[in-house]
Amino acid sequence: MTHRTVRLHVNGREYERTVEVRKTLADLLREDLDLTGTHLGCEHGVCGACTVLLDGAPARACLMLAVQADGARLLTVEGLADGERLHPLQEAFWTHHGLQCGYCTPGILLTAKAFLDEHPRPTRAEIREMLAGNPSVAAPAISSSSMRS
Amino acid sequence: MGAKYFGAAVRRVEDPRYLRGEARYVDDIKLPGMVHAAFLRSPHAHARITRIDTTRAAAMPGVARVFTFADLARFMKPLPLFGAPPPGLAARVSFTMRQTTQYGLCKDVARYVGEIVAMAVADSRYRAEDAVDAIEVGWEPLPAVVDMVTASEPGSPLMYADWPDNVAVGFTHAIGDADAAFTAADVVVRERFRVQRYVGMPIEPRGVVATYERRDGTLTTWNSTQVAHWVQQGLAAALEMPPHKIRVIAPDVGGGFGTKAAGYAEDALIPIAAIVLGRPVKWAEDRREHMMAAAHARHQVHDIALAARRDGTILAVRDRVWLDVGAYNSWGIVLPYNTVAHLLGPYRIRNLHVAFKAVVTNKTPNAPYRGAGRPEAVFAMDRAVDCLARRMGLDPAEIRRRNYLRGDELPWDLGMPYRDGNPLVYDSGDFRAGLEAALRAARYDEFRRAQPALRERGIYRGIGLSGYVEGTAIGPYESASVRLDLAGRVVVVTGACSSGQGHETSFAQVAADVLSVPLEWVTVIGGDTSAVPFGVGTFASRSAVTAGSSIHDAATALREKIIRAAATLLEAAPADIAIEDGRVLVRGAPASAVPLARVVQASIPTFAGPGVASPDFEATAYHHVPTVTWASAVHVAQVEVDPETGVVALLAYLVAHDCGKVINPPIVDGQVHGGVAQGVGGALYEEMVYDEGGQLLTGSLMDYLLPTAMELPPIETVHLEHPSARNPLGIKGVGEGGAISPPAAIANAIEDALAPLGVRITETPVTPARLLALIGAKKTA
Repeated sequence: MTHRTVRLHVNGREYERTVEVRKTLADLLREDLDLTGTHLGCEHGVCGACTVLLDGAPARACLMLAVQADGARLLTVEGLADGERLHPLQEAFWTHHGLQCGYCTPGILLTAKAFLDEHPRPTRAEIREMLAGNPSVAAPAISSSSMRS
Repeated sequence: MGAKYFGAAVRRVEDPRYLRGEARYVDDIKLPGMVHAAFLRSPHAHARITRIDTTRAAAMPGVARVFTFADLARFMKPLPLFGAPPPGLAARVSFTMRQTTQYGLCKDVARYVGEIVAMAVADSRYRAEDAVDAIEVGWEPLPAVVDMVTASEPGSPLMYADWPDNVAVGFTHAIGDADAAFTAADVVVRERFRVQRYVGMPIEPRGVVATYERRDGTLTTWNSTQVAHWVQQGLAAALEMPPHKIRVIAPDVGGGFGTKAAGYAEDALIPIAAIVLGRPVKWAEDRREHMMAAAHARHQVHDIALAARRDGTILAVRDRVWLDVGAYNSWGIVLPYNTVAHLLGPYRIRNLHVAFKAVVTNKTPNAPYRGAGRPEAVFAMDRAVDCLARRMGLDPAEIRRRNYLRGDELPWDLGMPYRDGNPLVYDSGDFRAGLEAALRAARYDEFRRAQPALRERGIYRGIGLSGYVEGTAIGPYESASVRLDLAGRVVVVTGACSSGQGHETSFAQVAADVLSVPLEWVTVIGGDTSAVPFGVGTFASRSAVTAGSSIHDAATALREKIIRAAATLLEAAPADIAIEDGRVLVRGAPASAVPLARVVQASIPTFAGPGVASPDFEATAYHHVPTVTWASAVHVAQVEVDPETGVVALLAYLVAHDCGKVINPPIVDGQVHGGVAQGVGGALYEEMVYDEGGQLLTGSLMDYLLPTAMELPPIETVHLEHPSARNPLGIKGVGEGGAISPPAAIANAIEDALAPLGVRITETPVTPARLLALIGAKKTA
């Protein structure tokens, strides 16, 4: 099996790892970088639990190979909070009981962050569309997972 | 004790780790030297294995071992079976029940697509899957048994050669005299209703990690389960080890829904591999495996008939029910009898006759899933009631008004046992008042007044009702220990296992109030068999009631111990000691107050002398509930149907429910909302489809549709509070209820919307294709 070296910038840190070319980005994050906050729910791109931000845009880490992310800047859920201080989205999800088992929460938080970066004052309808994976906002279909609680 | 936290909307204490991505689920566990398992699963619905050759697979790079049944024969014990009728039930209902043995690995015949045939273990999951692909199996296909109704009839191919037919559980059950009631009735309606096979689908798949320490003979296994102690018991039997040598940990679990309360082959296979290989082993289920091999659910056919008087009074129900349990009958009478026990629901009906057949077929085994036999009963009953209302020209709300039990009629004795063998008596509630509250909150009359004008404009809007009464919190018990540490902080341990529903918060609220300490002083530990020796687990809407009551009892006993020690320390009578906000004091003497920590520390013997009391600041309780307690709700769905496309849009959804006293309102709302979302999936989208050869056609989430935020309407909840007298906290279970009524309420709303066309909805999910076919048939007729 062919191996390649990939260099990644994740949550403000540089990493270099040599991986099998068939390894997914999600498995690289979870197994090689110990960033287990990126969760695997379906491994075929529907549930959205594995969503990370790749150069600022939401991407399903289960549908990408690690080698495809070579040179990219990634944000995972572990990089959202500022040290002890939670990100405002994390605070809001906590205050408004926006999670139960927490399994799909990382993907939802990152999708919401990318969405709010582009739409600072969204309507309710836009938020629902964002959560349901409307292609116009390039968001993954994560809301199925958000509703499974 | 004051109720400072009970009933308060406190933020959940477990949330920060979830929000930071720091929760630890089974697949997040990494041990030194750990290897990974993958499974070869049957591609056939029914086939005999003629040979297995693992030579090539075992020689592949990184492969530690490949196991078949023959390789692990000494460990192959039957998987756990549940659901024998308890004495009180067996005395009243005569069950024919057959349960067959399933082994962890398939011995000779595979009976469903997904049954495990072999296990490969390698240094990565990728390489373990490579090895699985290289295993060679010779198959001799056998006739597949697929349709439950024909499978139950003579002449069907048999699943098991030593059975006379394919009926795994058969019984009839009667109360009153249904025959006489039908003879005397003015109106009779009958219909066949089908509830599809649909499933819990937790977004975290299952997973198991195991490690065995030969030096002291201990096995530790992490399992994404709702029932850690059951898994421990199963392993103790399978491995012939004492339970205390087996530690089962359910860490953070990403949704359970009953799917993770079943006993599975992998629960034992991964520990067995760890023992044989002498290395830690992990298996993380992928979604494809989950869909074909994690327990399926629902799937019933009802031939139901109602008899009524001219005034709309329902006199009797007759029902013939088939349930497709899949290939192995692991759950016995649980689902069949749940359905029967919940059929009459909120209705005042004194005559019932049910004939039930649970049938084995070549499908994935069935197990209880959120509602567990109740949504099926409620679908058949509430659809039939709407058919009756239509026949009699009565509004569906009016026929319910005339037949729902009122608060002054409770307690209501159905004259039959519940599934636990105890008399089935609704303890508290007011179903008629619940109906009126739901109709008011949903502005039912307003909807009805607006409906005709909308229809004239070609807008097909409908409103649908469904109500249920749910036996929650089945016993017999749950465990809890409550103790203080040296700093006076509180540790609560329980056999209940959270799968994300907020145990660490709700249980801390109960304990903090009893002990009069700040909430943040309480740490709750569940899902660890080493923390408490006995336990049951979390399912059947039981943990708030059963674990909550045990925590209440144990904390109350601990409070007494604290007061006795404080009385000695403060040189006062125990009756004069108070605990306030983590400090003890003599009543009326604020200056006497000392922190709880001081009481603990003063009780510990020192070289200088004995403590003021024994430092025994721990109490354990196994609260035994007398029987279930009855929660209830009325659901109202509003839909708009596009008759050109068959698409149903949910406009609004309302739940008026009674779960007794509420510990944490947002958590309860969240439980209701989540259940409704799953019920909406059952009503409109989700179905596990098999072809006539027993092949699973819905193997991915591209084929099996889950509802998303776009499909779900705002869900409004109205809380009605009828406390239960069957536990010290006055609470009732709320975990499952949300999922029970949506299929019936939504189907009723769709039929109401299309009333001008006369369409009758008899099965779910009501997909656009199904609905268009029904509309088309009416137009051509």
